[in-house]
Amino acid sequence: MSEFLIEIFSEEIPARMQVQAAEDLKKIVSDELQGRTLTFTSINTYVTPRRLMLLVEGLIESTVATTEERRGPKVGAPENALQGFLKSAGIKLEECIQREGYYYAHIEKKAQETRAVLPEIVKTFFSKMSWQKSMFWALKNGEKSQAWVRPVRSVLTLFNGKEVSFELPTLGITTGNKTYGHRFLAPQAIEVSSFADYQTKLEISFVVLDHQDRQTRIREGLESLARKEGLTLQFDEGLLKEVAGLVEYPVPLLGKIDADFMSLPGPVLSTSMRVHQKYFTLRDKKGNFAPFFGVVANIQASDGNAKMIAGYERVLRARLSDAAFFYKQDIEIPLEELSQKLHSIVFHAKLGSLGQKVERLWTLVNFQNMGQDGKRAATLAKADLHTSMVGEFPELQGVMGEIYALAQGENPQVAAAIREHYQPQGPNDDCPSAPLSVALALADKIDTLVGFFGIGEEPTGSKDPFALRRAALGIIRLIRENNFQDFSLESLCHEASEAYKTQNISFKNEFEITSVLDFINDRLKVALRGDGIRHDCVTAVIEGSKSTPYHYMPWAIAMRAKALQEFLETLDGQALLAAFRRAHGILKEEQKKDGIFYSGGRVARNQLVEGQELNLFDNIEKIISGRDALLKSHQYEELMSQLATLRPVVDAFFDLKVNHEDASIRAHRLELLGKLAAQTALIADFSHIEG
Amino acid sequence: MSSKTNGRPKSFQQMILDLQQFWAEWGCAILQPYDVEMGAGTFHPATTLRALGPKTWNAAYVQPSRRPTDSRYGENPNRTQYYYQFQVILKPGPEDCQQLYLESLRMMGIDIENHDIRFVEDDWESPTLGASGLGWEVWCDGMEISQFTYFQQVGGIECEVGSVEITYGLERVAMNVQDVNNFFLLDWNGAEGSRKLTYKDISFQGEKEFSAYNFLHADRSILLQHFVDAEKECGKLLKLNLALPAYDQCIKASHLFNLLDARGVISVMERASYIGRVRSLAKGCCEAWLQCENTRK
Repeated sequence: MSEFLIEIFSEEIPARMQVQAAEDLKKIVSDELQGRTLTFTSINTYVTPRRLMLLVEGLIESTVATTEERRGPKVGAPENALQGFLKSAGIKLEECIQREGYYYAHIEKKAQETRAVLPEIVKTFFSKMSWQKSMFWALKNGEKSQAWVRPVRSVLTLFNGKEVSFELPTLGITTGNKTYGHRFLAPQAIEVSSFADYQTKLEISFVVLDHQDRQTRIREGLESLARKEGLTLQFDEGLLKEVAGLVEYPVPLLGKIDADFMSLPGPVLSTSMRVHQKYFTLRDKKGNFAPFFGVVANIQASDGNAKMIAGYERVLRARLSDAAFFYKQDIEIPLEELSQKLHSIVFHAKLGSLGQKVERLWTLVNFQNMGQDGKRAATLAKADLHTSMVGEFPELQGVMGEIYALAQGENPQVAAAIREHYQPQGPNDDCPSAPLSVALALADKIDTLVGFFGIGEEPTGSKDPFALRRAALGIIRLIRENNFQDFSLESLCHEASEAYKTQNISFKNEFEITSVLDFINDRLKVALRGDGIRHDCVTAVIEGSKSTPYHYMPWAIAMRAKALQEFLETLDGQALLAAFRRAHGILKEEQKKDGIFYSGGRVARNQLVEGQELNLFDNIEKIISGRDALLKSHQYEELMSQLATLRPVVDAFFDLKVNHEDASIRAHRLELLGKLAAQTALIADFSHIEG
Repeated sequence: MSSKTNGRPKSFQQMILDLQQFWAEWGCAILQPYDVEMGAGTFHPATTLRALGPKTWNAAYVQPSRRPTDSRYGENPNRTQYYYQFQVILKPGPEDCQQLYLESLRMMGIDIENHDIRFVEDDWESPTLGASGLGWEVWCDGMEISQFTYFQQVGGIECEVGSVEITYGLERVAMNVQDVNNFFLLDWNGAEGSRKLTYKDISFQGEKEFSAYNFLHADRSILLQHFVDAEKECGKLLKLNLALPAYDQCIKASHLFNLLDARGVISVMERASYIGRVRSLAKGCCEAWLQCENTRK
């Protein structure tokens, strides 16, 4: 089978960019091939820190000849339009065909040998590929290179066993059939004649080509080393992927942690190891932190790796000694004292200091009736931002606060709230359930949202520098997962806005709290879509609840949307929808005509004559009498079922002529429909339901 | 060259001598440390200013570096407020620069086939210099021993020629070569008996005293005044097109900012503004220097 290989051999590509780069390579080349009618059976890419590699199999040997008919300007069109057309089509006027008043060009593309087209494809890849961050370097001739992630040192291009050699002037490279092995273990040039040859030669040159393969080797290697010590590997997928992007030839090793450091808190140990050193942590049989670490070298040393392991241990000792220095320094300063210093840390230039934020948190937890513990937790919540440890490891914010608070004898609920108020950080993070933690978490997130919306820093498009979307999703999870059935965000947001006002922090004039609340409702739509709830059902419920107390109750909205979706799948549901649509259709038209809104409030029983009218009126009244209690207790399905029973009554009503000649009868009938619509509107605005 | 002389690992000073030898043989001018306090070898005008403009420039030198916030009273095994960087600038950066660097490690006594040497992404940036580049931290058995950077911009000006900057953390390389766990245990001069000197003999007293100065006794108002003075003087000299004296004042301002930072005088809010002030000095100096370069052409 025919084979096309590209390998871009460069200096070390950042680990975090490798997988994406391999995907981009595949996408760009496959688009380019297809755009040239070059079909193939498969296309695959591979990536290591130093090479980006592509394999196309079953690529046809030549492009397909094509003829395209292109329509040009009208006969008699201005001369420049005609000339432009001829130029773009690459033909002369006499070669044009005239048909139905237009010029036509027949453009023939001859079949081309694939081999001849490949250089163009590779060049296109180099110009189209974009990296998150790229650089230039000096070429041999002293010129600046094109932008790329790191200097490219060699490019291999091979088609059916033979090199495709051509110049890449912006990289100062002539492509060929050579590559190189592992930087230290096999640095010499390797000639390649096929993919199988490439694979075999790389394997003996200490390069494991496949990212996934390297991940497996690392994981299995570390697990087996751990087993020998009676330990288990603390699996960390992010770290595994990163480490697999730092080595071409993974050699998993185990090192020891000095006993002196084992008294440091677990999160300090693991963060220091993971973030700075890319070491894996291990657990003993009881699940405790084991005095060992896992590390992956890129080389097999001739001394059985003893010196390397000593080196890894030495670095860790220095790192942990710094951590111990911070810990000792931090723990002696009461968090309360640090909290007072928060006035010197800016929360945001327009939103004052973190000290001011803490004061607003007092108000907001107090508003949620959290008493003295609430005030204490709010006071200490941000204090660890002033510690050396969090200065060094920002990801330990909250975690250190809890550790220091416990060490300083704070109430455990208060300590837990310091850590948990940052949660949930994302869809996979734990959501707090302790009342104090939940109250503080809500307070913190609401304060942030209101503040940033207040100064006009709401997210736009893909830009959300203050992670406000995540804060909103956090609020939604806190309320839903803790079953806060009657929790309305309206008053808390109002309180938050007032708290800013009390501090003389001014918002832009046009700011309204509803902008924050509606933003949270928008996020709720996203969250519920993730739960498999139809978008239109959520919108219908949110729109329908406008001007009711439920509009900003995420729990109630979510529950109603789910119930509505389920209900619409039943016959009753379809009946209710049909009745609504019919009533709504008529109302819409007549209201437009009359310029009157038939709210249903202007019809009394004694104004009605016909049995169908009376029947509808009575049935609606019956539902109204129980309605508020049902809504209040969230018996939403029950209310929907009751409304659905109106279907035959509504159908009977429609036997009457709504647009009666007598203006007063007509008005009453329209009002009656308005009354019906008003009841369904309390459940949802059915006009948003699709299908 | 073997990593050992008379069966012992290379001394700290021997490593420096060998490194100088290596780069001198390659074609670098060996310069001396700059005589103004600075946080890193990059600040030396031989790097910051010479990275700009079209001219070829290859130089190497030791630069003592001061980082007041890293004061640890001599109690941390590898963090000190005063340490030694070895700086190489290659303009244009040669094609085999990574390999050259690895050879230089071998020259210093690191057996590169028996250690885990890795190039780990590091987008280097000096906000005070308005300089940035892409490259790596170089790790040896998990310890960062060097920075390897392709300069892209200095003083906010895009580099005309692609240059490479290599910065060695000399103490860290030496720890690995001499197989010790603490800076202060490093063999400084390779001598025996009464002539034997360790890093501790050279540096420990200074670490203790300067830590106390940096953290406790540096007079805040004097530092603030010095900062303002340096800034003013720099501005004046720039108006006179005296790029080099102006740049000295810029380096001084940068170091004064570092001292103020260690003293905890600068709030987070002010930090950015101080950095911005130093950066604008650096930018001015770089522009003035380039202008002189261009008129000399």
